[in-house]
Amino acid sequence: MFQQPSESEIQEIITALTQAVPAFLPEIAISVLFLVVLMVDVFNLKNNKLLLPVVSIIGFVITLFLVVGQHSLPHEEIFLGMYAVDPFAIFFKYLFLASGILAVLISMDSNEITYPEGRSIGEYYALIVAMVLGMFLMASSTDLVMMLVAVEMVSITSYILAGYNKTSVQSSEAALKYVIYGSVSTGFMIYGFSILYGLTGQTNIFEIQAFLQQNDVDSLTLMLSALLILGGFGYKVGFVPFHFWSPDVYEGAPTPITAYLSVGSKAAGFAILMRFFRVAIPLDESASYESFLTLDWVTILAAVSVASMVLGNVVAIWQSNVKRLLAYSSIAHAGYILLGVLVADDLGTQATLFYLAAYTIMNVGVFYVVILISNQIGSENVEDYRGLGKRMPLAAASLTIFLVSLVGLPPTVGFIGKLMIFSALLNKGVVFIWLAVIGVLTSVVSLYYYFKIPLYMYLKEPDGVEEDRDFEVGVLANSLVAFLMIVTVVFGLYFTPLSALAKESVYILGSFLQ
Amino acid sequence: MLPEIGLNHYLIISAILFSLGLFGVMTRKNAVVVLMGVELILNAANINLLAFGKYNGSMQGIMFSLFVIVLAAAEAAVALAIIINIYNTFKTVDLSEVDTMKE
Repeated sequence: MFQQPSESEIQEIITALTQAVPAFLPEIAISVLFLVVLMVDVFNLKNNKLLLPVVSIIGFVITLFLVVGQHSLPHEEIFLGMYAVDPFAIFFKYLFLASGILAVLISMDSNEITYPEGRSIGEYYALIVAMVLGMFLMASSTDLVMMLVAVEMVSITSYILAGYNKTSVQSSEAALKYVIYGSVSTGFMIYGFSILYGLTGQTNIFEIQAFLQQNDVDSLTLMLSALLILGGFGYKVGFVPFHFWSPDVYEGAPTPITAYLSVGSKAAGFAILMRFFRVAIPLDESASYESFLTLDWVTILAAVSVASMVLGNVVAIWQSNVKRLLAYSSIAHAGYILLGVLVADDLGTQATLFYLAAYTIMNVGVFYVVILISNQIGSENVEDYRGLGKRMPLAAASLTIFLVSLVGLPPTVGFIGKLMIFSALLNKGVVFIWLAVIGVLTSVVSLYYYFKIPLYMYLKEPDGVEEDRDFEVGVLANSLVAFLMIVTVVFGLYFTPLSALAKESVYILGSFLQ
Repeated sequence: MLPEIGLNHYLIISAILFSLGLFGVMTRKNAVVVLMGVELILNAANINLLAFGKYNGSMQGIMFSLFVIVLAAAEAAVALAIIINIYNTFKTVDLSEVDTMKE
């Protein structure tokens, strides 16, 4: 049935693969780093706690330089159409490296990431590195097979990381819920891929796009497969109705991993979602498959986004566990970011990229302060935060700044992000204005539950007699918190560099929507 | 006389398998049985891929299903490890009893 490739064809394939290697250097560096971290752990007989994080961060910085070098590469598909090197992917590589470095830094200070007696921490840092590699692949894959491998790579590592505290009841439960919801959603996605392959006979998203433009396919089947695939991506992103895992996983997982999942794997989900829907199932009024437009993915994403904003912000009001509250807040933020995605033009993409970067800074900041507080008081309940404003002045002040930024008030980076998303919506036309209105209204609701935390920290006195001492958090922790706070405010006032970088990175290979 | 087996027969089998898997995932409480449901969903996708690949005449479907099989094995390994850990901490694998976190 199948023909053996001839000698010259094999030679051609090998040449294509070897020529693509320079464009794949960051991924190779990350893979080497993964192995190095594993081996360093094996030979780290004295259990030096600093060694693994330092090796990981050095590796990430080396990779960062390699990613900077990618700007000069031609924007093209490599590895026979499996992989794209374009500004969009490069922006996400910066984002993933930043979230990886921050995840390593905040893990160093967490009491939850404990070293078992006389044993090493094992693969913890190696898995964080592996997840960065998976997210790189997610942002750049242009083939259904490659997308599947990338999504599974991120998923499987995050299942293990969510359950890394094997003795903790909550961490094990988080891992179980994550793996069950995750594998079902991935199953949906694979089934959707198989239908899409059946419809078009192609696995490359550029060829799928070309096929869909030239041929009429059954719009209902195409819609079904798009919905199933949206399910798989949606669970990574964590929007309604694929959000069921996120409150339990966010609460149960070790806090550094919660922070990492909420910024890293969420951003990777958005990257693959944008690339897939912008390229494979393009939205163009002039295309021949107009029947498909009766229920297009923009309408679906609009409904999903409104549901996420409303549910996330409303349910968060009743939460008393801060990590659970932030889980609902992250569902709501997925809704805001989707608003930027569904605009599907350059302005919307720029706003989405900017918002994802802003969200990374402020959300890691929030979770880091939550880690520092929980190290001292051993609780994540908001009612135990009484009087912390006096006892941990810097951490409490920065937490307030991060929360102001999450609400979207000036002068913070969160405000600029929301402003860009809403202005992209208004620029698009009248139809999108009501989406912006819902976004603003739900932001007002979010003010209530975010400010519950500063309320307890500053205005409520601790009840009962407690020993009156200041909590020592250490110079390194304080400087990292201060750094994140300064970045949040500086990018809120002087946002041009970040927004210019986002503007340069809007080009998605193969997408003709501008 | 039996009709010749065509593409539609494969697709119907695959749809039935997918529905059975989804039904198992939604109704069963034992974590291992839920994982079996997930495997059914993945194998439904595999049947689709192989059938389309056969009628399309290209290698892509077969390659795709190989990747799905490998990833399903990796995912099952991790999931079973997590379930063993759940059994060690909770002494049960009943999903309705593994519920310590409530809003």
